[in-house]
Amino acid sequence: MSQSDASDLAPGKKRSLIHTLELDLRLLGMIGAFVVLCIGFDIATGGRFLTPRNIFNLTIQTVSVAIMATGMVFVIVTRHIDLSVGALLATCSAVMAMTQTQFLPNVLGLGFEHWLTPWVTIAVGLAVGTLIGAFNGYLIGYLTIPAFIVTLGGLLIWRNVGWYLTSGKTIGPLDQTFMKFGGINGTLGATGSWIVGLLAVAGAIYGLYASRNNKKRHGFTVKPLWAEGVLAGIISAAILGFVAVLNAYEVPTRKLKRIFEAQGEVMPEGYTQSYGIPISVLLLIAIAIAMTILARRTRLGRYIFATGGNPDAAELSGINTRLLTVKIFALVGALCAISAVVASARLGNHSNDIGTLDELRVIAAAVIGGTALAGGVGTIHGAILGALIMQSLQSGMAMVGVDAPLQNIVVGAVLVLAVLIDIIYRKRTGEA
Amino acid sequence: MSTPLVEMKDICISFGGVHAVDHVSVDLQPGEVVGLLGHNGAGKSTLIKILSGAYRADSGEIRINGDKVEIHNPRDARALNIETIYQTLALADNLDAASNLFLGRELVTPFGLVDDDAMEAECRKIMGKLNPNFAKFNEPVSALSGGQRQSVAIARAVYFDAKILIMDEPTAALGPHETQMVSELIQQLKAQGIGIFLISHDIHDVLELCDRASVMKNGKLVGTVDVKDVTDDDLLSMIILGKRPEGVNVQG
Repeated sequence: MSQSDASDLAPGKKRSLIHTLELDLRLLGMIGAFVVLCIGFDIATGGRFLTPRNIFNLTIQTVSVAIMATGMVFVIVTRHIDLSVGALLATCSAVMAMTQTQFLPNVLGLGFEHWLTPWVTIAVGLAVGTLIGAFNGYLIGYLTIPAFIVTLGGLLIWRNVGWYLTSGKTIGPLDQTFMKFGGINGTLGATGSWIVGLLAVAGAIYGLYASRNNKKRHGFTVKPLWAEGVLAGIISAAILGFVAVLNAYEVPTRKLKRIFEAQGEVMPEGYTQSYGIPISVLLLIAIAIAMTILARRTRLGRYIFATGGNPDAAELSGINTRLLTVKIFALVGALCAISAVVASARLGNHSNDIGTLDELRVIAAAVIGGTALAGGVGTIHGAILGALIMQSLQSGMAMVGVDAPLQNIVVGAVLVLAVLIDIIYRKRTGEA
Repeated sequence: MSTPLVEMKDICISFGGVHAVDHVSVDLQPGEVVGLLGHNGAGKSTLIKILSGAYRADSGEIRINGDKVEIHNPRDARALNIETIYQTLALADNLDAASNLFLGRELVTPFGLVDDDAMEAECRKIMGKLNPNFAKFNEPVSALSGGQRQSVAIARAVYFDAKILIMDEPTAALGPHETQMVSELIQQLKAQGIGIFLISHDIHDVLELCDRASVMKNGKLVGTVDVKDVTDDDLLSMIILGKRPEGVNVQG
């Protein structure tokens, strides 16, 4: 193109470097805030915050909320809200706990620890979550009841359906294979983690390469090659760094000894074993990638954002916005079921209060991650980062020894402040 | 006369007992521009929304090239090559020009994924013809000026081989230069045999751009006249008083 875009003319060397790399400024800001937060807590706790062990724990604690937050982005982008995600998680968890501890072993006679149990259980959970979500979506999309009301009702209904089903009892222990989705019970180990990390690096570099080629094919201007190289370097370093940290967290020697003793062997001297990437984190990453592709590269995603930007325009463009609402809420329901798998597997049982207040954490994660309640704006990676920031704040304050009421006061204040900063940022940059 | 491109016959629609459109019939020939005139609330936008699929008529029939058709929603209208440029422009402000241009009809890769690069390339081509100064391809349309937004809305209607084009106040938000651009575009499209319904408040626009004018008042059709036969005073009295001009052939 001979004409240059007005924004290309922006002066300043620092700005132009970010521009050449085509990095998202808001994302950089959030990462910056997160890094400052982590370093601050690390200093305040005398170096206990940024240990492999704590980082490992932080990631597995974040997964459940982060998975639901990716779906909440779509809900909020289309100008709705879902207050029932925590309750839906509880119902899914209750149904799955009963499926794997009572229905499959006793009623169907599969017995405990049958190889089918975890998979049938997860399928049942997904079906329940998706159906309830779709029903919510039907009430909102076709019967035009405001999402706030439908899901406020749903918050009471599904929290107590879960209670009613289980008579309020804690159900456990859960299936051993099922519990591998929970975090520390299921990790890839050092070698597996490195393989996954290297595959991820290869995938990322291929993605950059393919996108560059496609742009060239259409004759668009592309970033200079060195900029692509820097970007690829940053991404690779981040992925491999993350793997290295998780691999640095080793299984305690006492626990290893017990494992060897259980198998009737003696642990060799100096034997160590790393936890590596938890399966739940891998699940979150897979969902994040799938949801990002859904948001950016599919018609469904395009219609979600178009509807959020201008519902009338979407309708007049021939988009069936009612069915779209059903699809979005069904998707959120399915994600709640997956979160229920992770949350109950992490605890090792289903408890009556599982997922309590998760709706607020999930909404807060999406909003801190830059999803605008006015609709039309939001990213999946932002919501996940939002969930991570929330969890870090909470854990960090607990480690520093901040009183419980103060912790919640700070989290609440951060939520409001994050939105204020976002509003100011948008005004400055002239976005809607 | 040849078979009309569009015939809307005896169309009625009411909202809560108000007859927004009351037994109105209009028609459109290929390569013809028919102006729809009337006060706010006269029913012209409502009538045209029935053709574009945004509303469904209570009674009456629509024929395209002589064939009776059912238009239940905007998708049906698009399938019949009816394209609409709405007064409100109907753009998703948070998306870029290409995404808006292809909204509802995205180009996809063989894997079924949205092909943004291909859409941007097509968008650059058509914008190059319509508005060569347009350069903001990677920004949300909320960052565009009124005229730029208008050219995106027009590009959307023109790109998909419209046979029937509905323009609802296309020049309302535009400066003189851009209005001139729209006039030229209408002449071009007319020459390609496209039929255009032009909704307007501006009698001079209608006299300059249209072949015929249909005037509505209070949901009813006052009449359709050849613009060559009438003066602006004639049209004004049709709009304001609902009075048909004397000594002029008035249809409907």
